[in-house]
Amino acid sequence: MNTKVTEINLLTEKFLYPQIKVLTMESKIIKCRKISKGYAEGEVILTKDPLSFLGGVNPKKGIVIDSKHELYNKNIAGKVLFIPSGKGSTVGSYVLYQMAKNKTAPLAIVALEAEPIIATGAIMAGIPMVDRPEEEILDLVHNGDIVAVDADSGFIKILKTS
Amino acid sequence: MHLTREEEKMYDGEEGLAVEKCMEILVALGDIYGAEKLVPITSAQISGVSYKTIGDAGLEFIEELSNDARVRVPSTLNPAGVDLKIWKELGFSEEFTKKQLAIVDAYQKMGISATCTCTPYLVGNVPTFGSHIAWSESSAVCYANSILGARTNREGGPGALSAAICGRTANYGYHLDEGRRPNLFVDLETAVEGSDFGAIGYMVGNNIGGGIPYFKFKRTPSTDQLKWLGAALASSGSVALYHVENITPESKWAAKIVSDDKIEKLIVNKADINETKIKLSTTEEKPDLICVGCPHASLEEIKRVSETVAGLKLENMLWVCTSISVKASADRMGYTEIIENAGGKMVCDTCMVVAPIEELDYKVVGVDSAKAANYVPNMCGLDVVYNDLKNLIIEKK
Repeated sequence: MNTKVTEINLLTEKFLYPQIKVLTMESKIIKCRKISKGYAEGEVILTKDPLSFLGGVNPKKGIVIDSKHELYNKNIAGKVLFIPSGKGSTVGSYVLYQMAKNKTAPLAIVALEAEPIIATGAIMAGIPMVDRPEEEILDLVHNGDIVAVDADSGFIKILKTS
Repeated sequence: MHLTREEEKMYDGEEGLAVEKCMEILVALGDIYGAEKLVPITSAQISGVSYKTIGDAGLEFIEELSNDARVRVPSTLNPAGVDLKIWKELGFSEEFTKKQLAIVDAYQKMGISATCTCTPYLVGNVPTFGSHIAWSESSAVCYANSILGARTNREGGPGALSAAICGRTANYGYHLDEGRRPNLFVDLETAVEGSDFGAIGYMVGNNIGGGIPYFKFKRTPSTDQLKWLGAALASSGSVALYHVENITPESKWAAKIVSDDKIEKLIVNKADINETKIKLSTTEEKPDLICVGCPHASLEEIKRVSETVAGLKLENMLWVCTSISVKASADRMGYTEIIENAGGKMVCDTCMVVAPIEELDYKVVGVDSAKAANYVPNMCGLDVVYNDLKNLIIEKK
């Protein structure tokens, strides 16, 4: 292997494609099960509390309004949402769909274990979703990390740690 | 999960976006519950109709889907939030009704019969023994599995709709023999009647959660009584199937499991039933609105209501909730006239649980259904009294 060439390549990459450089250096791939088709990249928002979309989230703003929830007052719009699972009424599926229409929905959802309400809602809304990550994902990723969710192939990639 | 070649095509979008989305939902549900394949269905019952429960979010979804989705199997619709015809007379707002009618129209556009009833089995949606179906509406699920011996899980609204559009559902749970084995033997020590059935269902549902009870009654219950029992079981617990010794179609098979497996036994006596009945009421005040027909009343039940109120003038308002089909027969039989002469109303397409009765001027709702007693306080924020109709009515002095 020619060290010099590698160095030059790295320099060129750093100069021309600074972001991609970061990705190739730090990305880590975690296999998951596919639930709702699609691909998205974005900032992580994570919780260890199960989430109910009906009554738990304001669909107009994307803010968590359940005062007992860890994410109370936090905005989940445009983020990659990591949750243990969903809970609550089946109407929650429609709420997720409505959020997508209002552009207040999460970009993608990663659950430890999908349940019917959020899974159905994610598909209705066209939000990429995976579950059963093969590693302890809630300890591995942190708020503010940048991840890619590939729900067509079934994996998450950590692109940048915060 | 294994998909056939045809199903793969549907999943990949070769039959349009609506079918693709619905297949994706079925496959996701199948994966979540560990189904190995999909199974063709012969019938669907679709919930998620009342504007009160699904709101604008639901309306938007159903309307968009109705642009290119059509059902592939005979499908019927759950109750709406208002009587589609006499909503104004009953006091419901124009704003609510407008949204409600849009929801029903969208479902109709998809080819779903706008029966607006929770008792599809009384209006011609009657699946045969052993057939696979996708029903949502917990009381109807309980009836179809238990009394008809058809096979369905407790589908959610979007799941049942997806199944209707794809003509299939995920094969797990109550679709399999293994998922239909009883696990609690309920022995009724006492002869029971009327509102006892709802109370028994409520009590056993609380006890068993999502289990499968096997009942032994002293006297043969009527189908209406079994309907009340199942509705209560499905609302206090998440029961989807029960067996009744010598009555329900799978009871012989179930009886063998009861005797071979030494399953847990629950003895129910009169005192337990009476105690449960008291617990189901949230007040001792007299109701200003009486609602019967949860699940929607059969012709036989309406006949009994008319016999109870014949010649009386009622102080309280009385709603008899049913479907338009059953009401048509009640009209012809003269029951409607008797009920209206007493001051009551036949209310179609809706019920006390999914209608916004909290917007009307009633304070205490009298019900003879344990399911309604269970839901009305939470869904409508009103007090509820549980008893037989004859004990709920107040005559005008």
